[in-house]
Amino acid sequence: MVTLNCEGVGTREINRTLQSLPEGATAVLEAPGGRHNLVVGVSEPIKVQVMGNAGYYLGGLCGSKDATGLEIRVKGFTGWGTGENLMGGTIVVEGSVSQSTGASARGGLIVVEGDASLRTGISLKGATIAVAGDSGAMTGFMAQAGTILIGGDAGHALGDSLFEAVIYVAGRIRSLGADARIEDLTEEDVAAVKNLVEKAGFDHISPGDVTRVASAKQLYHFRSEHRGIY
Amino acid sequence: MCGIACLLLKDDSLQSRLGELMVPMVQAMEERGADSAGIAIFGPGEPAGLRFSLLAKPGVNWEDLAADLAGEVGADVTLGRRAGANGTIATLLCDSDPLVFSKALEAVVPSVALLGWGRSVEVLKATGAPSQMCEEYGIGNLAGHIGLAHTRMATESAVTAEHSHPFVPSQDLAIVHNGSFSNHATVRRRLEAEGIRLDTDNDSEVAARFLALRLGEGDSLDGAVRHLTVEMDGFFTLVVATADEISVVRDAFSCKPAVVAETEDYVAVASEYRALATLPGIELAKVFEPQPEEVYTWSR
Repeated sequence: MVTLNCEGVGTREINRTLQSLPEGATAVLEAPGGRHNLVVGVSEPIKVQVMGNAGYYLGGLCGSKDATGLEIRVKGFTGWGTGENLMGGTIVVEGSVSQSTGASARGGLIVVEGDASLRTGISLKGATIAVAGDSGAMTGFMAQAGTILIGGDAGHALGDSLFEAVIYVAGRIRSLGADARIEDLTEEDVAAVKNLVEKAGFDHISPGDVTRVASAKQLYHFRSEHRGIY
Repeated sequence: MCGIACLLLKDDSLQSRLGELMVPMVQAMEERGADSAGIAIFGPGEPAGLRFSLLAKPGVNWEDLAADLAGEVGADVTLGRRAGANGTIATLLCDSDPLVFSKALEAVVPSVALLGWGRSVEVLKATGAPSQMCEEYGIGNLAGHIGLAHTRMATESAVTAEHSHPFVPSQDLAIVHNGSFSNHATVRRRLEAEGIRLDTDNDSEVAARFLALRLGEGDSLDGAVRHLTVEMDGFFTLVVATADEISVVRDAFSCKPAVVAETEDYVAVASEYRALATLPGIELAKVFEPQPEEVYTWSR
């Protein structure tokens, strides 16, 4: 096991060390102090524990289609863009996350045990995000593919301009965004939510009791006579 | 980008350490705004009169200036704390109407900028790196119960000390802003039509003057900030401080960051968590992000 104390060590040096670890290695990051860009660009399936609060882009550009065994666990909260462009593996944040969690993420799973701020899963491209608590306004904005599960309440403009991604909400929805609509829950949906809840380790969500939000597909092709509905 | 760092102390025993606690907060926000900086420190009130915070060009003779001002104002002017490598910052104590004082200042030395005034507040601003400002002005030694700091990366107006935040548009009222207002020219014209004079062409000063106007008309701090979110468009995280309260608000899209940490001893607000990471007991603080268009206000 590798233990790295972040104090006095450059962020690039920390990330280079993590990137050079072999498959199956375990690393512990101490004293993260809210620093940005920690655990970025790690593609080997290793385990990383962050022992405190981290800043922006934690776990960004990590994982790969083949490295699904990557596991990043944060014993605290994280800033903007957690798991931005994640390709594979799992990120678990034991606290809350800031805005734009999982932005553009293509693969892997991001679990947030606290609340998420605005724009969770913005432009999501295939990854899965599970938030135990509430998620702020504009969650799922322009999400193209993937799944977002919100264990608590969703803020305003949920799923605005959604493409093929699907959002499940266990709590209340403050308002839907443009072209987002509530759809009937199918058996496949219940099975998918059950699977996700188990993976995330949540025990407060009943898979048959969530709201499915998906695209109404009215905005796929822009027509000038439809500009009024934007 | 700009950086915000604010600390309201609920525990009086921390007051002697306000500056010492604020310096690492300001330093942590230097990457967000390195062209200029400023801080408002609210301390115990002046027993007599008001404290005027002034910024002069290097080489100023404060004793002569105080004497000249006393003549023009027709009241005693006492020289308070001086700061800066060239002694460019000073506070003057004077029991005078602020309008009379500022007119006298303009008549005697138009090149000296009035950064703010109040019974409690002291305002310090400088161009250059924020950490340099902290060192030059000895921020680490200052005591008080509220500190409100800003590190600026100018986007809307010139880089000068006068254009940097906090803006102090009326007695013991300080405002810092991260973002940009899109309708500031419209609001500026409305304010000017009401006879309000602005010192700079800065968009954040417009917000500051607007708040001062609303507070003058009897709004609570919370109410004035609420009015601002209705009247002013744009991107903003705003932190407003008075002698005993602070308020935080973000625009509907919350493009500009804000993090709050609350303990029994203090409330701290910053653009990023790393500015809060050095505060005592931060591990046990309740940390959260202010929601869009919700006004959060804390009193001492």
